Amino acid sequence: MSRAWLGIVAFAVLAFLLVPVVIVVPMSFSDASYLEFPPRAWSLRWYQAYFGSIEWMAATRTSFAAAFCTVLIATPIGFAGAYCIDKLEGRPRHLLMAVLLSPQLMPVILLAIGLFFLYIRLGLVDSFPGIVLAHVALAIPFVVTTVVAGLSRFDRNLENAARSLGASRLRAIVDVVLPQVKMSVMAGALFAFVSSLDEVVIGLLVAGGPNTVLTRKMFMSLRDQVDPTIAAISTLLIGISLVAVALFLVMERAAARSAARSG
Amino acid sequence: MTTGVAAGRAAAPAADRGRSLHPRHWPFAVPAVLVTLVVLLPFLWLGLLSFTDGGGLSLVHYQRMLENPSYAAILGDTVLLSLLVTAIVIVLGIPTTYFIVRQPPWLATLMLAGVAIPFWTSLLVRTYAWMVLLQRRGLINTWLVDLGIIDRPLRMANSFTGTTIGMVHIMLPFFIFPLYSAMRQIDPDMVKAARSLGASPSRAFWDVFLPLATPGIMAGGLLSFVLCLGFYVTPQLLGGGNVTTISMKIQQNVTMYSEWGASSALGVVLLVLVVLCFLAVQGLVPRRLRQ
Repeated sequence: MSRAWLGIVAFAVLAFLLVPVVIVVPMSFSDASYLEFPPRAWSLRWYQAYFGSIEWMAATRTSFAAAFCTVLIATPIGFAGAYCIDKLEGRPRHLLMAVLLSPQLMPVILLAIGLFFLYIRLGLVDSFPGIVLAHVALAIPFVVTTVVAGLSRFDRNLENAARSLGASRLRAIVDVVLPQVKMSVMAGALFAFVSSLDEVVIGLLVAGGPNTVLTRKMFMSLRDQVDPTIAAISTLLIGISLVAVALFLVMERAAARSAARSG
Repeated sequence: MTTGVAAGRAAAPAADRGRSLHPRHWPFAVPAVLVTLVVLLPFLWLGLLSFTDGGGLSLVHYQRMLENPSYAAILGDTVLLSLLVTAIVIVLGIPTTYFIVRQPPWLATLMLAGVAIPFWTSLLVRTYAWMVLLQRRGLINTWLVDLGIIDRPLRMANSFTGTTIGMVHIMLPFFIFPLYSAMRQIDPDMVKAARSLGASPSRAFWDVFLPLATPGIMAGGLLSFVLCLGFYVTPQLLGGGNVTTISMKIQQNVTMYSEWGASSALGVVLLVLVVLCFLAVQGLVPRRLRQ
């Protein structure tokens, strides 16, 4: 294939991917009550509308609290799952992998109605623990995949050496395994945080009332009209994504480096 | 006693590589139990519910689905949308990824970061951006009219077209990333060998590189198709009521009508479609190339 033609397609695709993300930012600083580009006058009124709204602030707090709790619970659980997968071989390994990745492989609506059905019986609909439980289930696959990848780069003989020198399994994990795969675990935790913060579909069914999450409120308001307050919130969320990408790249580098050192 | 302990310790590493962990290590079962209880069992329960009616076994929910033409339309719409989006993603994704793979490391990293930023951005934010761009007096229509390409604004938001554009945007990174790692593993010397034997660059691509990349393309394409089948947010917001996917219908049945039987039946149909796709991956992609 000719190089020029390839390059044109590749950069056009990149522009297609980036422009929608970038264009939201200037729009959020517009003074108009409808969306125009480029904005004729600049202002912070949509940020004021967001930060001044009790409802938006409550939803934001719920979302961030849920995301933090999700990270705290899903990271150790996901690590335990990944550690098991790493130790198993053959059919049991595939089975455990399939179970732990199922929340990601299943269409999310099936997860959502299953949880909704369960929560109605347990009285967990619209409750904070219910939201966190759902987000933990959703985040486990992210932690498992990143940590399994990290463990596969880790030299198992190091752990075996510690064990044969008398370290208990827990001690060997904490002192030998964890420091080696630290960066993969942190990358998994980051994935868990972002996946919780961005989750929409499950939230629509089980995260309403006093525990409305940010994405649910955004979705509801978008269904009615294109409100510029959403542009301000979106800009803040894009900022968080940029920080996440940067952190993720740093962690990937560090994980690869420490694997190279130990190997 | 001492020898017993020593033997036990020496045996421990070997046992680690074996089949199972000691029951003492129950914390390791927590993730599997949690996922089973929260994700798998509730849906299994709903799945069983879809085969009952008023307590007895019955296929009435499936029968209704066959009799009601609106279900066929929803199923058709979902599959058509998923096929269309996947086809566009493949056609755009292959040249883009092929270009990135052949760039020097710094440029490849930069371009991959360009793919990663939208990938990490909330799906809701991206759908919102497309709502703004595609609306009647939105950016794209304004530019097209100003440039004299069209006379009056195109109807892109609230339509099948808008939904397709938004979904292609969301699915492209899911296709590009795995394909990139698959293409990285293809020995560049293969293409060089073909070129030195007199093949034109395009011939080397079509006859040498593309066949080697096919397993990666098929796996990525099927992944994209499966993910598209389950879409809810983008068709809901960009379709403006003119597109109904299976997921949307399931959600409607549950929240508006509390029709658990009908929703579950539709859910089972969706799950069967997804499982068939995964089986197709297993069948189509040779085992040694699947990694």
